[in-house]
Amino acid sequence: MSVAEQPMPRARMLGRTKAAWVIFALAALLPAFAALTNDPFLTVIGTRILAFAIAAMALDLILGYGAMVSFGHAAYIGFGAYSVAILSRYGITDISLHILAAMAVSAVFATITGAISIRTRGIYFIMITLAFGQMAYFFFVSLSAFGGDDGTTLADRSTFFGTRFLESDLSLYYVTLAILIGLFLLASRLVMSRFGRVLTGTRENMTRMEAVGFRPFRYQLTAFVISGCMTSIAGVILANQAEFISPAFMSWHISGELIVMVVLGGIGNLTGAIGGAVIALLLEEIIGIFTHHWKLYFGIILILVVLYSPGGVSGLVERIRGPRK
Amino acid sequence: MTNLFILQLLNGLQFGVLLFLIAAGLTLVFGIMDFVNLAHGVLYMVGAYLMATFVAMTGSFTLGMLLAIPAALVFGLLVEYLVIRKLYHRSHLDQVLATFGLVMIVSEGVKIIWGSAPLSVPVPELLSGSIALVGPLQYPVYRLAIIATGLLAALMLYLLVNHTRIGMLLRAGATNQRMVAALGVNITRLFTMIFAFGVMLACFAGAMVAPILSVDTGMGESVLILTFVVIVIGGIGSIRGAFLGALLVAMVDTLGRTFGPILLRMVMDSSDASQVGRTLAPMLVYILMAAILFAKPDGLFGRKTT
Amino acid sequence: MRRTFLLAMLGATCLSGAAMADDGKLKIGLIYSLSGPAAALGDQARNGFLLAAEQIGDMGGMETEIIVVDDERKPDLAASRARELVERDEVDFVVGPIFSNVLIAIHKPVTESGAILISSNAGTSNFAGEECHPNFFVTSYQNDQNHEVMGAYAQSQGFDNVFLMAPNYQAGIDSLNGFKRSYTGGVASEIFTELGQLDFSSELGQIAAFQPDAVFTFMPGGMGVNLVKQYTQAGLTEIPFLSAFTVDETTLPATQDAAVGFLGGATWAPDMDNDANRAFVSAYEAKYDHVPGTYAMQAYDAAQLIDSAVRAVNGNLGDKDALRAALRAADFESPRGDFSFGNNQYPIQDFYLVQAVKREDGKFQTSIVEKIFEDYQDNYAALCSME
Repeated sequence: MSVAEQPMPRARMLGRTKAAWVIFALAALLPAFAALTNDPFLTVIGTRILAFAIAAMALDLILGYGAMVSFGHAAYIGFGAYSVAILSRYGITDISLHILAAMAVSAVFATITGAISIRTRGIYFIMITLAFGQMAYFFFVSLSAFGGDDGTTLADRSTFFGTRFLESDLSLYYVTLAILIGLFLLASRLVMSRFGRVLTGTRENMTRMEAVGFRPFRYQLTAFVISGCMTSIAGVILANQAEFISPAFMSWHISGELIVMVVLGGIGNLTGAIGGAVIALLLEEIIGIFTHHWKLYFGIILILVVLYSPGGVSGLVERIRGPRK
Repeated sequence: MTNLFILQLLNGLQFGVLLFLIAAGLTLVFGIMDFVNLAHGVLYMVGAYLMATFVAMTGSFTLGMLLAIPAALVFGLLVEYLVIRKLYHRSHLDQVLATFGLVMIVSEGVKIIWGSAPLSVPVPELLSGSIALVGPLQYPVYRLAIIATGLLAALMLYLLVNHTRIGMLLRAGATNQRMVAALGVNITRLFTMIFAFGVMLACFAGAMVAPILSVDTGMGESVLILTFVVIVIGGIGSIRGAFLGALLVAMVDTLGRTFGPILLRMVMDSSDASQVGRTLAPMLVYILMAAILFAKPDGLFGRKTT
Repeated sequence: MRRTFLLAMLGATCLSGAAMADDGKLKIGLIYSLSGPAAALGDQARNGFLLAAEQIGDMGGMETEIIVVDDERKPDLAASRARELVERDEVDFVVGPIFSNVLIAIHKPVTESGAILISSNAGTSNFAGEECHPNFFVTSYQNDQNHEVMGAYAQSQGFDNVFLMAPNYQAGIDSLNGFKRSYTGGVASEIFTELGQLDFSSELGQIAAFQPDAVFTFMPGGMGVNLVKQYTQAGLTEIPFLSAFTVDETTLPATQDAAVGFLGGATWAPDMDNDANRAFVSAYEAKYDHVPGTYAMQAYDAAQLIDSAVRAVNGNLGDKDALRAALRAADFESPRGDFSFGNNQYPIQDFYLVQAVKREDGKFQTSIVEKIFEDYQDNYAALCSME
């Protein structure tokens, strides 16, 4: 897999961090906008968008920085979603425990499948992660206690440290935004750390990293596990947002859409992934207002972005703003 | 039981040659042009839709096929000229994004033109009905015809790649693209040819299955993933690998669905066996791929990636 | 996600996203599978409902707005669209869906919001029994019932070695259970296929190997089309083919002669002999140029049901108790003849054996062979605590 982008200068990185804060600020204002336009349902949609932003950002961590294009990341969304359903069924309702369980399951799955997958490169890596994703998918499809293929309705949302705080769409929205911001700060620190630089190094030149004494495998695997765990948090949120859980969360379509979001936004900078998720899902909503055939126009936009804006939307933004001093 | 086994072997073979027809184009495009084409599945779908349209129009299977293939070819060339050509030298991720867009456009376009209800194509009179195999076993003639044409296509492809000048260029292109260009071969034209050829094979496959499957807007996507599994198992760029991979995937899938539960019933009780069988059957193909890639990270006949 | 096309009925052209609940308008959301291999089923249901709406004019004497959404047969998507219908569009009624898995997904968001959910096709066992809900009505049947009809028929024919096959989802599992409830003979094999599977060669191979007395299956939509065609191509027509929701007016245009003579169980067929039915079938064929199936008829009745109830309460949609009572009265003339609701708000009606035939005009339809059950109620009603 050839990843064209060069390591990013620090100034540009800061610019993109600023862009991320603009997105967060706008997101914080969304409920007010919804109230003004008398359309409170916007926050419900907003929660879904922010949850996907978390998943896309988590994928970018390995896709953009480690050149590991995982085509099975939807599995982790599923682990998160099913953690909510399964634990709730057995009376464990708190979101903190749901997240903990989701991350634990994801960590185990990511460690095992990651250790096998990282042996391969390029398209082979893409396909082997797909294979593991599909195995997880079919496991839940056959889980008839939770509706199998059909999925199951959540009786109630997760409790929030014992309270029913999350039953309100508005509070769920802000909790999601807070989690997104928290994970963004965490991920930003991670990629700037020594760990992040070694990871970027493996992307650029594996042999050289080995030559200078690093063991890329351990760094790649750690990143893979962290990314899986982060993605599962998105699953916990999506389950609460939809109050419905089904294996559809884990299908390869979702894995593919996550990749599209990351590439659309621009790989290798966390803001791009967040922006990509927001733009992709917003476009879907907005075009959907005007035409039933939104997919047609969305497809055209994707092609235009690739043909005329290398580096995705963040590349475009940079060119519009001109070269930075 | 033996009868059932023979029957499933034939079914597996039929599914296998079909997968091969689609996979051959994909593996060539990927192997030689280093181009990830997610839109390959929808080209197969377009083939089936064109077939349905032309058969309905002319009332003849043969005429329908003779019109559908060139029409599909024109469509493929148009797509190549408008989009694909501009992406040859871009990163794989850019290609994924753009061809993902293509998938959306074509799927939705097909829905607009042909509606979302599935279409059907009648089996040609000559090939309808079934013939007796051993004992009470019957097998549809049309499926035998698919097996025969599929194998014939595989043979022709083998001769083309290994015994003609174009085939030599193909093999050379797969090994070292720059060298071929340096020797004065027009790479763009070679690429266009390869792409068109892949489109034609996929459309041919789509046209052939139209009478046994209903033609609908989801058919391209479901086959795409399996096709990628096939070429990855076989090793990117290898026609031989694609052939073997296709048969392997099809056999494992077909036989696993039938005999998995039967075998499981020998070691556990009946209801558990059918439950476990149902869980494992759709996973088998992926378990196969993961196992092969674990043992051979570049597929069965793949070149070492660097 | 407003992938909906708004249908402005009779001058009702208000398209604003968020309307008030009590604006003197009757708002109805239709949720059907309108794309994918099963699109024909959803199309028929939508057509049936819109035909009734057009014939009635102002439904329930009120200005009517109908919003049609596509669930794409995906439960997760359906749950979010249904929620959007009740929360964003604030509809009074949700009508649909085709598939049971979709019904299970949309039941909670719709009924809990206070809107009335009328299923014009799917009728799962859970909502007929313990999970019955005052805001949930069914104008079709309980899923098991058509299969029970076929079981009773197989029993009466003295079959003792029947091959059972259904897709692996709730309705498929219900179907085989329903069949076995009224059939006590032997079972050659019982297999579940993947939902949406289109190539049945491996299953047909097993049928050929087992040589059963009969095959019973449940394969709605495109799956049924393929199965029937492949069944005939594989030369298996000697083995009687019993089915429900597999050979009907949505699949016959595609299977054509391949299905003629195949047997099914149903509550109705287009050739049913009563005035209401003749009027319905001729109006439907005139407007849409194809033969209506049960999906269309049941949705047509759902529209008649809403109209009758809203009229009975004089458009006072706020009084839910009165509205529910009016709905339970089922005061309309169904093309299928006798129709009433049981305590669980599922229908009590007659069931027939039907057979696919070719009409004189070259079109295909099902035709009634004999009545199997009279005033038949489902087996779960006793589990429902509603009176």
